[in-house]
Amino acid sequence: MSSVFILADFSGEKSTKTTAELATAGARIGAVTAVVLAGTGKGAALAASVNQGPIAQLLIIESDDFASHGVAASADALANLVKEKSPTALLIASHAFGKEVAARVAVLTDSGIITDAVDVAADGTATQLVFGGSTTVHSKVSHGASVITVRPNSIEADFSASTPAIENATATISANAKKAIVSSSQPPVKGGRPELTEANIVVSGGRGTDGNFAPVEAFADSLGAAVGASRAATDAGWYPHSHQVGQTGKTVSPQLYVACGISGAIQHRAGMQTSKTIVVVNKDPEAPLFDIADFGVVGDLFNVLPKATEGIAARTN
Amino acid sequence: MKIAVCVKQVPDSWAEKKMVNGVLDRENVDAVLNDLDEYAVEEALRIAEAHGGNEDGGPHSVTVISMGPDRATEAVRKALSMGANDAILITDSALAGSDALATSAVLAKVIADGAYDLVICGTESTDARMSVVPAMISARLGWAQLTFASKVTADPAGKVSITRVTEAGVDEISADFPAIVSVVEKINEPRYPSFKGIMAAKKKTIDQRDLATVGVSAQSAWSQVNDATPRPARAAGIKVSDEGNGGEALVNFLAEKKLI
Repeated sequence: MSSVFILADFSGEKSTKTTAELATAGARIGAVTAVVLAGTGKGAALAASVNQGPIAQLLIIESDDFASHGVAASADALANLVKEKSPTALLIASHAFGKEVAARVAVLTDSGIITDAVDVAADGTATQLVFGGSTTVHSKVSHGASVITVRPNSIEADFSASTPAIENATATISANAKKAIVSSSQPPVKGGRPELTEANIVVSGGRGTDGNFAPVEAFADSLGAAVGASRAATDAGWYPHSHQVGQTGKTVSPQLYVACGISGAIQHRAGMQTSKTIVVVNKDPEAPLFDIADFGVVGDLFNVLPKATEGIAARTN
Repeated sequence: MKIAVCVKQVPDSWAEKKMVNGVLDRENVDAVLNDLDEYAVEEALRIAEAHGGNEDGGPHSVTVISMGPDRATEAVRKALSMGANDAILITDSALAGSDALATSAVLAKVIADGAYDLVICGTESTDARMSVVPAMISARLGWAQLTFASKVTADPAGKVSITRVTEAGVDEISADFPAIVSVVEKINEPRYPSFKGIMAAKKKTIDQRDLATVGVSAQSAWSQVNDATPRPARAAGIKVSDEGNGGEALVNFLAEKKLI
């Protein structure tokens, strides 16, 4: 049976649900080994949180170089592991760090690479939604290990408990991979809301908020949702740029996307149109985003959202 | 400082994109300089300007490097009109349909031969959106990788520092020259080419090279597209007008769909 490596995905000291998603996709191809890259002495604690999904084995590699040299050091250790163990595929989460690690591993192991897969089949064929979700592409790596980055929140994960065998491996990191020196690292400021790209529900605000995101945030909180923003809103400085959804911002694909006061330029659509259900609130009945909405309310978000927030509270209390 | 900026010509992000025979149809759409590369050009110019500017013949220069067909000269000229000194454009029919790995191999060779101190890129192109080429160039050359920079400080004595901003947090990273930097959107406000800049760009040299001149052979793509199909357009669903009960209707819809 072929073997598949996944790079366990962490937020702080805890494995994210993306790890289980990667394992679920990987298990279709072969037996899954989850690689845990950890600081010296931290491996066991991190590994303990990798306890969901079809994972047969955990491989812990400890080195302080991961923290002090970033992407290049992690990629070197992973690439050397791939060269040594020759897995059929290597699946990594599709975020900035994951894509860059994948890119370097592909170069270092002479392997083809596919990024932003939303699904992976048993034969390694990856599904991608390209051009802002307007086109579905199926492709397959044809050289070396199949290095595939998988978009968080795309694969329905098997969250069953796993008790994988644990092994330790030594980190092999070249001098070239230590040239960039990380002098300080700060975790992202978390406002108690879920991460935009991982959230099941996203509520976004645009020009129609006129700079007041309070009703958007209140509605988002009633749903346990992440908050997004259109480019118009981030350009105006109304909301942090890191929350921008669209072609030049984040691509999200939640179960529910609620667009409030966003007309729906093609660039915005590119970042959200693969959402399962789309709800639009806009006082302009001609807003183009209504064309792709499953449910649309023509009305002022300052009237509609507070009532909806109350309605949700009434149902959940 | 010898600074290089990697840029790409992409289909206008407003244009409808189609796949033909497994690759993006680039022929029949308007092509522009990748939005996100404008920030890279601007940052390169600002780095030079912080240390006296990039006058021709001076100690600092900004060279634009691109790979693409003949028409990519338009995107390259745009970067030149912003104020870059000169450009290298790699054009070869054997490069059509190149994947990121092949592209990075060609760019890495040109960069190595140019003996640059700093290479600056955008974080991604608006067509493929892979965000992998800067990391690949770094891995190929064995140069320091300082990517997703929201701030860059370069010391001509040979050191570069950045603030890296990603969903994983904020990192301060530094390295000695030579190094590959990629910059995020909003690191700066790219300048509009002035009339003078546009006129000057027409006289600037674009050194167009084929693969033989670069000295690498074309590498076929290491991933194959099996099929590409347009997704069915989403149809509009229910639309209600808010007569005071729009919020309630919205909640009812979410409940029906079992989303709450």
